[in-house]
Amino acid sequence: MLWPWENQVLRLGLDIFQCRLLAAGMSQEFSHLTDELQLKEIARQVRRDIVEMLYHAKSGHTGGSLSATDILVALFFGVMRLKPGDPLWPQRDYFILSKGHAAPALYAVLARLGFFPREDLNRLRSFGSHLQGHPCALSTPGVEISTGSLGQGLSVATGIALGVRLNGAGQRVYTLLGDGEVQEGQVWEAAMAAAHYKVDNLVAILDRNRLQIDGRTWDVMSIEPLVAKWEAFGWHTMQVNGHSFPELLEAFQACRYFTGQPSIIIAHTIKGKGVAIFEDQVKYHGVAPTQEEYEQAKRELGEV
Amino acid sequence: MNGAEKQSTRVEYGKILAQLGRENPEIVVLDADLSGSTQTHFFARAFPDRFFNMGIAEQDMMGTAAGLAVAGKIPFASTFAIFATGRAWEQIRQSIAYGDLNVKIVASHGGVTVGEDGGSHQGIEDLALMRVLPNMVVLVPADGVETRAMVRWAAAYRGPVYIRTSRQPFPVLFDNDTYHFILGRGQVLREGQDVTLAGCGLMVHHCLAAADLLAAEGIAARVLNLSCIKPLDWELVVESARLTGALVSAEEHMTIGGLGSAISEVLTEFFPVPLQRIGIRDVFGLSGKAENLLKHFGLNPDDIKKAALKAVGRKKERK
Repeated sequence: MLWPWENQVLRLGLDIFQCRLLAAGMSQEFSHLTDELQLKEIARQVRRDIVEMLYHAKSGHTGGSLSATDILVALFFGVMRLKPGDPLWPQRDYFILSKGHAAPALYAVLARLGFFPREDLNRLRSFGSHLQGHPCALSTPGVEISTGSLGQGLSVATGIALGVRLNGAGQRVYTLLGDGEVQEGQVWEAAMAAAHYKVDNLVAILDRNRLQIDGRTWDVMSIEPLVAKWEAFGWHTMQVNGHSFPELLEAFQACRYFTGQPSIIIAHTIKGKGVAIFEDQVKYHGVAPTQEEYEQAKRELGEV
Repeated sequence: MNGAEKQSTRVEYGKILAQLGRENPEIVVLDADLSGSTQTHFFARAFPDRFFNMGIAEQDMMGTAAGLAVAGKIPFASTFAIFATGRAWEQIRQSIAYGDLNVKIVASHGGVTVGEDGGSHQGIEDLALMRVLPNMVVLVPADGVETRAMVRWAAAYRGPVYIRTSRQPFPVLFDNDTYHFILGRGQVLREGQDVTLAGCGLMVHHCLAAADLLAAEGIAARVLNLSCIKPLDWELVVESARLTGALVSAEEHMTIGGLGSAISEVLTEFFPVPLQRIGIRDVFGLSGKAENLLKHFGLNPDDIKKAALKAVGRKKERK
């Protein structure tokens, strides 16, 4: 069997032996980046990829992908243990994108890490592409579970955390929730269960971008006080600026020291972050950039 | 065969699950505050570290089961049939079936023989709800032997499986030493050339009793155990249609979407012959003793006999 990136190498006309040598290199564990400037540069490129892929797909979720970008970059490049060349490495940490509509951000990050070729990104949402509109575990390397229907990721993450705890290899499980998503009742069932079973290898991140499809979260359905709610459910609760790498990395580090309870990081973000015209605008929840907006975004984000 | 001895499919599930737990350390079990009824308490007592009571939260239970499967475990999740398949249907669809995850859902209290608890607790839609999900295998054992074989098979099979057990005990039908469960295969329990009676679960026993009643009237009925609802043994259904020219389906489930529908789909596509469906006719269950309810909903051997006579009559009209 060929890995997707091996196909790319073949397409480029390179030798298959070179391809295998590359494979050997990529099955090494990814070494973490903690330098803020480096992470910021990766996030800029990921945002650039997101805009590009959404523009080509002509549909998809711009705002929530851009608000979650820094969180995903911090996690995948700075925190999680993984081997991009071996997506099912048994000792890996797990990530579940509970807010599945931010798939473009996850895909862009996975491609940057080498889980599959970056050129696949422009086939987002197209017929025959492995990049489905919402994450599909059966088709995309690095996607642990299929999501898209909101409210389910925390339960799944709790299950993985319980499972790997039985294995005793010290693996950690991360899941990213949307803020509107906590309106789903199942989230609170899972919150109760994770605290009950004291899964301290579980970290949830809540992308608090304050908008959902129909408007401001406080206009659609009040979700505050979030900190008091999660604390009352027995979670170690932190708040950070979701666009600050030092704050995000420090919070992920801090979670390791809280034992006997799960942790949640409420990350305050701006929906559409990185492109002025998209920022904090309800209308960019689920629409792709037009030609004009795409040109504008490229000017702001710079070249790849 | 031994008609005298009775076994409960849910109790046999509980016992074989505890046995499998000893054989395979990857098996984990989840329940939603009904372990005393679903019989997962045997496993819970033997393996407390691998048993997760998720409380009265079926949706979370299915998601957690999906996560345990992602982590390489073999989760068995149990609750009542209606709560498993109804309350948590979309969790099963999104988190389990869509990703083809290795989760086994074994639900007890299928059908109206749940009895006194009434319509709210009688799962009469579960087979329909599970049958429409891609990747899902749907099974209804007809006795304790078949239950044990199916659960053992499910633990070894990789992919989502739904198994429905019942509150009431049934007579033992199969021989423990000779019965083998094969996915997608039904069994001919009795040969006959005039009409085919095809059932699952408790209704297999009622089909056999109906065949006796029919024999007294000179009609030879072929009796099938179609315990594997999905994938259905369509070859056996078509073969029976060719052989007998008329069929009766019998299930403790809505006539919409369950075994009767599955047989009807096969016949319509491959070999149309008269089919009479015995099942719940588009109404909810009621409180009462199981025997009262079986009579009220027309699920007894005599009802199957009448349906068979009607099917045979329709066959003759066609000639």
